[in-house]
Amino acid sequence: MHFDLPTIWAFVIGFGLMMYVFLDGFDLGIGLLFPFIKDKHERDIMVNSVAPVWDGNETWLVLGGAGLLAAFPMAYSVILSALYGPILLMLFGLILRGVAFEFRFKATESHRPMWDKLFFIGSLMATFAQGVAMGAVILGFQVDNGEFSGGGLDWLSPFSLFTGFSLLFAYGLLGVTWLVIKTEHGLQKKMRALIKPLTLLLATCMFIISLYTPMVNESVRDLWFNLSNIVYLAPLPVLTAAFAFLLMGAAHSKVESRAFICTLCMLFLGYLGLCVSLWPNIIPPGITIYQAAAPASSLKFTLVGVVLIVPVILIYTFWSYRVFRGKVVDTDGYH
Amino acid sequence: MIDLNAIDLARIQFAFTVSFHIIFPAITIGLASYLAVLEGLWLYTRKPVYMTLCRFWMKIFAVNFAMGVVSGIVMAYQFGTNWSQFSNFAGAITGPLLSYEVLTAFFLEAGFLGVMLFGWKKVGEKLHFTSTILVAIGTLISMTWILASNSWMQTPQGYGIVDGRVVPLDWFEIIFNPSFPYRLVHMGLAAFLATALLVAASGAWHLLKGSHINVAKKMLSMAMWMLLISAPLQMFVGDLHGLNTLEHQPIKVAAMEAHWHDAKPGDGVPLVLFAWPNMEKEQNDFAIEIPNLASLILTHSMDGTIPPLTSVAPQDRPNVPVVFFSFRIMVALGLLMIVLALAALILRKTGKLYEKKWFLNFCVAMGPSGLIAMLAGWFVTEVGRQPWVVYGLQRTVDAGSPNSVTAMSLSLLAFVLVYICVFGVGVRYMLALIAKGPAENYSLEDDEHLNKRPARPLSAADGVEI
Repeated sequence: MHFDLPTIWAFVIGFGLMMYVFLDGFDLGIGLLFPFIKDKHERDIMVNSVAPVWDGNETWLVLGGAGLLAAFPMAYSVILSALYGPILLMLFGLILRGVAFEFRFKATESHRPMWDKLFFIGSLMATFAQGVAMGAVILGFQVDNGEFSGGGLDWLSPFSLFTGFSLLFAYGLLGVTWLVIKTEHGLQKKMRALIKPLTLLLATCMFIISLYTPMVNESVRDLWFNLSNIVYLAPLPVLTAAFAFLLMGAAHSKVESRAFICTLCMLFLGYLGLCVSLWPNIIPPGITIYQAAAPASSLKFTLVGVVLIVPVILIYTFWSYRVFRGKVVDTDGYH
Repeated sequence: MIDLNAIDLARIQFAFTVSFHIIFPAITIGLASYLAVLEGLWLYTRKPVYMTLCRFWMKIFAVNFAMGVVSGIVMAYQFGTNWSQFSNFAGAITGPLLSYEVLTAFFLEAGFLGVMLFGWKKVGEKLHFTSTILVAIGTLISMTWILASNSWMQTPQGYGIVDGRVVPLDWFEIIFNPSFPYRLVHMGLAAFLATALLVAASGAWHLLKGSHINVAKKMLSMAMWMLLISAPLQMFVGDLHGLNTLEHQPIKVAAMEAHWHDAKPGDGVPLVLFAWPNMEKEQNDFAIEIPNLASLILTHSMDGTIPPLTSVAPQDRPNVPVVFFSFRIMVALGLLMIVLALAALILRKTGKLYEKKWFLNFCVAMGPSGLIAMLAGWFVTEVGRQPWVVYGLQRTVDAGSPNSVTAMSLSLLAFVLVYICVFGVGVRYMLALIAKGPAENYSLEDDEHLNKRPARPLSAADGVEI
């Protein structure tokens, strides 16, 4: 593989989006789990397990957007206008979820149940919308002269709705396994009990998406069912299935971080499979990263910042997680 | 019934969402620096009042910051959803600038915000203070990048055009474009002023109510010193910014002054105190003018002239009444701020700063004036740039996305409803927190108690690393 600027940038944006999915995935997952946990104190613990870090987690999404604009302005403008509906749904969801973090503690007691509901609804909207967007990207967009030329509801299809639901299970599982690490006693038990059913649901969804994608996307079919490729690509689904089994086994493991790590691996492999399938297109079905890339001067200038600053970001983000490591046992020190 | 097309709706949506958004970062910028100063003063003097104030404003900061973040994400995506042709045309320049903002500022703020808000008992006080300072620095870096981007759209340079799209040629020229230094300092001072006025109003309000007297006095006193330095400085910087605009965007200045026609030689340009600019007749109705004053202010000579609005075709002019009135609102509020700061100085000298009811009421009334002046200022510069989105390069009408009027109307309606409900409630919570005052007066005993106490006991899973 020869590396050039658009390729490097595709990796950078792929990395940013992956960080977003992993990190904000468990934040949003916690919101999705709210209906299963009614106890006020347990809800506080759930929220407090991410309160110090959620903002940083969400920043990866902003980096994804800004990076896409910087490196592939055409992809940014086409994909975002084509995904008008899901993006708006996501933004409204993120607004509700984000303010609910603060408001549910600062609100008068009578408002609290409302913000708890909106915390769930916001997380639901944002997750579902991101899943729908993913499905719509796989199906591709109609582009003429570098501009989106399809209809306002092109993103809506049974497949994109299905990917929307699938992401609920993925983020839900991230939330559950994160809480296994951060909580104890009854709440932890409830979370452990959710791992198996959620893993089964997620694995089923990923299986269906993997079967359906080659059926609707010709280049994906050519890629995956080409005899010379199958040797290289077969490990992806096999390993994904292996991690799903490991994950179910880890549900009651004494090593509390094992389930979370298995979830990350399973999702990483799924994400990798998706990236491999779409490569080198950035706007499926036909616009490649090279066609959508910004001028070299933009790619170089921004890459300098990425190379110098992202490692520093990772270091202090890691430090911040370390400061707040361990179980969330009470609401002491929070608000 | 006004017939609005998709671009008009996109413009309304942008104006609405960005106006709502800018309020929160402005307070974030001002409060973050204020918090750093308070925490520093606490560490230096160990006077409990500083810690009480720091904890108190940090709660308000947290609510405000959350609203700033979520309303900001909307902005980062709106360039694609509603302004795809702008993104496609100028993304090669605005994208990298926005990316640098995320890399150098957003992550810094977010990374240390958690420790600042929740880490009081988890890290040492020096490390905590460092986190607060880094959050404050993050807010200032963020402002720097976004103003570089906005200023480039106002006074573009350092670019070429290839295949109908902008190509960056010289990043130094792009970032340090002619209007950037003026706009940056003007906006920075505006954020500090707006915050100082909020703090002053909070202090004055508690003094009027007779509650939390000591902290209230400290708030009012600190805010008035800030105002005394910043408000006159802002007028000076604003004047420089205006001169810079005259050089690079003369038609914007002509709209600010509602200056329609060339003055007769030797007459000079009058300062229009009040008028109703009439765009169709290309003249001012009901004008009250002071002869030669605009010449004096803008060219620093009695009979200097500036290009009039009629020197360009009607379709190249901005909406004159909006620019004209916004500018007057901003200047009038700025002058009132100087009056307030001077009144405070005189009262301070006579030892009556915390007693005079009229003054305290004046402070409360001026509470939102910094934010209103800032919004008015942004209306001047953004509406005054029209009909261009990138000055002289791309017209706003050519910048939109291929969205239907239905989609744009529905989304605008949703934004208005959600913003008013969500942020309206958030602002109410902020005001309620301010009205309640500090929960308890921080005392040295609390601190000793805190120091003796070990870091919060962590349970068996202490070793689990994530």
